[in-house]
Amino acid sequence: MEAGALAQSEELSPFRRWRESMRDRPAVVTLAFVGLVGILLIAFEGLQSVADTALTGLSTGSIYALGAVGLTLVYGILKLVNFAHGDFLTFGAYMAYILSGSEQLGVPLVIGIVFAMAMTALLGVTLEKGMWAPMRRRGAGMLQLLLMSIGLALVIRYAIQFIWGTELRQLDVNDTATVDFLGLSIGRIFLVVIIVGFIVLIATGLMLRFTTLGKRMRALSDNLELAETSGINTSRVILWTWILAGGFAGLAGVLLGATTQLQPEMGFELLLPIFAVVVLGGIGDAFGALTAGILLGVVIEWSTLVVDERWKTAIGFVVLILVLVIRPQGIFGKARAI
Amino acid sequence: MTDPFTMVGVSLEAFTSIGFWTGVGIIAGTYTIFTLGLQLNVGYTGIFNFGQAGFMAVGAYSMAILVTDTGIDFWLSLPIAIAITMLFGLIVALPAVRLRADYLAIATIAAAEAVRLFALNATELTGGAQGLFGYDDSWDEVSDTIEGWLESLGWSNPENLFPLFLVVWVVALALTAIMWRIQKTPWGRVMRAVREDEDAARALGKNAFAYKLQSLVIAAALGAIAGFFLALNLRFVIPEEFLPIFTFLGYAVLVLGGIANYWGVAIGSIIFWTILEGLRFIDLPITEVKISALRFILVGLALILLMAFRPQGMFGKKEEMVLGD
Repeated sequence: MEAGALAQSEELSPFRRWRESMRDRPAVVTLAFVGLVGILLIAFEGLQSVADTALTGLSTGSIYALGAVGLTLVYGILKLVNFAHGDFLTFGAYMAYILSGSEQLGVPLVIGIVFAMAMTALLGVTLEKGMWAPMRRRGAGMLQLLLMSIGLALVIRYAIQFIWGTELRQLDVNDTATVDFLGLSIGRIFLVVIIVGFIVLIATGLMLRFTTLGKRMRALSDNLELAETSGINTSRVILWTWILAGGFAGLAGVLLGATTQLQPEMGFELLLPIFAVVVLGGIGDAFGALTAGILLGVVIEWSTLVVDERWKTAIGFVVLILVLVIRPQGIFGKARAI
Repeated sequence: MTDPFTMVGVSLEAFTSIGFWTGVGIIAGTYTIFTLGLQLNVGYTGIFNFGQAGFMAVGAYSMAILVTDTGIDFWLSLPIAIAITMLFGLIVALPAVRLRADYLAIATIAAAEAVRLFALNATELTGGAQGLFGYDDSWDEVSDTIEGWLESLGWSNPENLFPLFLVVWVVALALTAIMWRIQKTPWGRVMRAVREDEDAARALGKNAFAYKLQSLVIAAALGAIAGFFLALNLRFVIPEEFLPIFTFLGYAVLVLGGIANYWGVAIGSIIFWTILEGLRFIDLPITEVKISALRFILVGLALILLMAFRPQGMFGKKEEMVLGD
C-alpha cells in the first residue's frame, strides 16, 4: 500500500507534485497569497497607504488574537463553543472602566488592565465552578452547553447595559499621541496594543510548548479521559485554562476599549471575527491564533483600500465562511474529521 | 415617599387590553412559524441552525425589494421570495451540512450576519439602515376586508391589527399541522434516523446529506414566511430586526416548548412572548433602557436554567434530545 502510493507519487509530474506538497502546507500558501496581495496593493495604492493600513491591521489583529487564544484553549480542552467569550471582552473593558474610565477614579490604565484581567479570570473560574463543571459531570450534550453559553452571553451583556447603559464610554488614554518611525506615524496606543499582543501571545505559545502546565493542557486537548487516567489533575488544568482564557479576554477587552469606545455590544460584535481566527489558526493553537489574528486584521484593513470602509466587518465573515468551507481544520491544523 | 405597592408592580390594565394581546399574538404567531424551522433542524434532524434570522431577512427583503423596486404584485412576490430564500438556504447548506455540529452553528450564524451586513451596506438595493417600506398596499386591502367581516359580525371598530393576528395564526397552525404530519411519513422517520445515527442511516442506503439539505432548505422557507409577517407587522424592513439575538430568542421559544414537539412550539411561543412583552409593563422606578436590559437578562437566565434542569423543555421528550457529541 505504502510502496504503491510512493511509486505513484514518483510518476506524477513535477507540477502535480508541487501542488500536492503545497496542499500539505496551507500556511505557506496562505502567507504567500497574502504577501502577493500586499505587493499588488503596493503597486496600485502606493507603499505608504499599504504600510499604514497594515499597522492598523497589526493592532486589530493583536486584539483578535488575544481574544481568540482564550476561546481556542477552552474550545480545544472542553470542546465548549463559548458564545459568551465575546462578552468576556466587554466585561473586561468595563472592569477597567470602573478604575480608569474617563471621569471615573483616575487610576492609571496599567492598574486598570491588571484589575480587568483578574476580574475576568475570576468570572471564568466562577462560571467553571458553578456552571460548566456540574454540567460536564451530568454529561450535558452540545446543544445544552451551546444554549447555556448563549444565555450567559445575554446575561453578561445586558447586566452591563443595565448598570452602565448603552451610551458610548471611554477609557482614560491619550489617544492623540503618535510615534513616528521609518516615515510612518502610528498612534501610541496602537503601538502599545501591538507590542503587548505579540509579547503575551508568544509567551503563551512558548508556555504551551515547554512548561508542564502547557504540556498538560495540550494533553487534555488531545484526549481528556486519557489525560485523566495518566494521572493529570484535570480539574486543576481546566481551572488554569479558564484563568488564562478569562485573563486574555479581559486584556483584549481593555485594549479594544482603549483603541475604540466602550458599549455593551463591543465584545459580541467581535465574536465572529474571533471565531474566524480560532478556526483559521486551528483549535487549541496559540501560535496559530497569533498568526491567524494578524492575518485577518491585516486583510480586513487592506480591504478598505479596495472597497468602501463600511464593508470592513463583512470581510471578516466572508473570511470565516471561506475558511469553514475550504479548510475547516485551519491553516495549521491536520486534516481530521471536522 | 410613594406607596411601595405602586412603585413595584405590574400595571394590570395592559393585560386586559385587546391591543396588548393582539400585538403579543402577532409576534407569538410569527415566532411559531420561525421556530418550526428550528424544530425541524434541531429537534428532528440534529443540526444546529443558528442562522434562522438570516433566512427571515432574505425572505422579508426579497418580498420588499420585489414589490417596491420591480413593481411585482405583492401576492406574486411571496412565492418568489420563498423560492429565493430556499435557494439561499441551499447555498448556505451545501457547505455547512458537511461540517461538524459546532462548526455548522458558527457557519450559519456567520451567514446570517453576512446577510444583515449586506442589507445594512448595500444601500441602493435595501435602503441601508433606513430600510424599505410601502410594500403592503395589497395586504391593507385584504386587512380592510377582514375588518369589514368583523364589523358585520357585530364587533364595532375592531382592533387595527386584528386581521393580521387572525391570518398569522391560521398560517402558523396550518404549517404546524403540515410539519407534524410530514414528520409521521417515511421521510420524517429517515430524518429522525439521521439525527440519531447518521452512519447507520447511511448504511441503510439513506442519503443523509440530502436529508440535511432538505431540512435546512425547509427551515429557510419557514423563516421567509415568518419574515413576511414581521414585515407586515412592522410595516418596514430594517437590518436591526434580523440581529443574531432574534435567532437566540427562537431557540428560547424552542426549548421552552420542548425539543421534538411541533405543537409545543406554538405554546412555547405564546408563553415566551406573553412574559417578555408583559415585562415591558413592570413598574419599576428605573429607565426604559434598564427595563429592556432586565428583560433580556431574564431571557438569558431562563435559557441557562432550562438547559441545566429541564433541557427537553415543557413538552419535549428527553429520549429524543441529541445528547451525545
